[in-house]
Amino acid sequence: MADQPTALERFVQGILPENPVYRQLLGLCPTLAVTNGMKPALTMAVSVAFVLVCANVVISLIRNLLKPHLRIVVFTLTIATFVTVADRVLAAYMFQMSKTLGPYIPLIIVNCLIICRCEVCASKQNVITAAADGLGQAIGFGLALASIAAVREILGTGMLMGFRVLPACWPDWVVMVLPPGAFITLGLLLGLVNYIDDKREQARK
Amino acid sequence: MSDTNRQINSAMSPEDRPGRKPPFINVAPSPHISDSRADTRRMMVDVLLGLSPAIIVSLYLFRFYALKQLIVCVVASLAAEYFFVRMRGKSFTLKDCSAMVTGVILGLSMPGSAPWFVGALASVVGIGIGKIIFGGIGMNIFNPAMVGRAFVMIAFAQLMGAGAYENVTGLVDAVSGATPLSALKFNGVHTDIAPLFMGVTNGSIGEVSAGACILGGLYLIYRKTASWQIPASILITVALIAAITDIAGGYQGVFLLHHLFAGALMFGAFFIATDPATSPLTAKGKMIFGVGTGCLIMVIRLFSGYPEGVMFAVLIMNAMTPLINRWTIPQPMGQREA
Repeated sequence: MADQPTALERFVQGILPENPVYRQLLGLCPTLAVTNGMKPALTMAVSVAFVLVCANVVISLIRNLLKPHLRIVVFTLTIATFVTVADRVLAAYMFQMSKTLGPYIPLIIVNCLIICRCEVCASKQNVITAAADGLGQAIGFGLALASIAAVREILGTGMLMGFRVLPACWPDWVVMVLPPGAFITLGLLLGLVNYIDDKREQARK
Repeated sequence: MSDTNRQINSAMSPEDRPGRKPPFINVAPSPHISDSRADTRRMMVDVLLGLSPAIIVSLYLFRFYALKQLIVCVVASLAAEYFFVRMRGKSFTLKDCSAMVTGVILGLSMPGSAPWFVGALASVVGIGIGKIIFGGIGMNIFNPAMVGRAFVMIAFAQLMGAGAYENVTGLVDAVSGATPLSALKFNGVHTDIAPLFMGVTNGSIGEVSAGACILGGLYLIYRKTASWQIPASILITVALIAAITDIAGGYQGVFLLHHLFAGALMFGAFFIATDPATSPLTAKGKMIFGVGTGCLIMVIRLFSGYPEGVMFAVLIMNAMTPLINRWTIPQPMGQREA
């Protein structure tokens, strides 16, 4: 375990170099499903952040007790606990948003991003590193969701977070807030990220 | 399809390998043609010639509106082709006229009343997302014109849906009402068959005259630019299903002829479904493709919320094309059944 990344490295890696959506292509189900508006996307990002950091911390604390063949079950149960907390809190304090997000909050349980972080980092490293890793990945996830949601909401409704950003004569591209818009936006943004990456790689050489 | 792709990749562009003579057998993306005089450009010019009757009818019926749609779509398609091909760092492909054909077909499939940005966006999406992102001409899975039209159809339901056809202040009286298929679907009103055939009705600017589409389509088939199997099987399938509905409802043939000559059926069967890049390669495959398209058209017309289903039917069957190709790999002569 000598060459494991440090807490700071884990934190920085999660935001852009190993962005969960654009680099690892993890957690695409919520990415596609809830990014038709900025508000649901941010709510989802915050819920995932909460679950991810808490699950990482708990798994890291009990990492020496884990049996290899049972670890996935333990991960899932831990994650499910925090997802239930997040789901109930949303239902209690943000009822309308909880209705909008529908099944996608409970579905965080099977979000492969969180299981992946538990497996890769939390089950091997100490609490501080695991928490930093969770926070960094959550910020990266939030940035990805926000970028997709911004494109879709602005093109689809001419508004952002309920404020009009494009002139009123803007013809709403309804398709962008529908499922096809999610796939098209994600694909184009992925292409853009890869393009920028290529350019930077070439510049370094 | 995967095999074809592999061949294409391995034999891609002989000029990549310097010092070597170009091979005698050149494997290139479809359209596959064995006649050495035939190239993509000749095919595309043929399609433009075949489309000319429909263009003339649309210009006569809708005048300025038709001209506007055609110019917007062609200019936007050419610009999108130029821009996206440059972005991929590939050589310039405007000369083969394929972007122009996409633009004309797209323009002809627009309602006359659509604002300029609808056609422009449809062209950019069709060429960019429908064609160039998949690898350019011959590599696209879906018909580019129909990808663009489907995008704007869903994006601007108000401007592209049945209602959009009713407010054209056309210069010929007959073209200001509902389209024949909408009238049939939502009000149960039949349009007379003769105006449907000649094209003195409302609709997308290029689809109104079944006669003009048949004329241009027969020219394409005569030139072997389009295969006869696809239009024939589509029309026969639609006619069969419409005939069953006709007999069951006791319409005495009106229903059958109405479904054959109204809407985009002729235009779609001859000009859209026959796109060689997105339809199967073998004769048998083309028949399957046509029967599937015909069934889907009638299913959408009869049972869905849309009055017309040619666009979605062609797109769905485009997705099936690789599968149909795999089903209908021809037996090389002398080889026994595996």
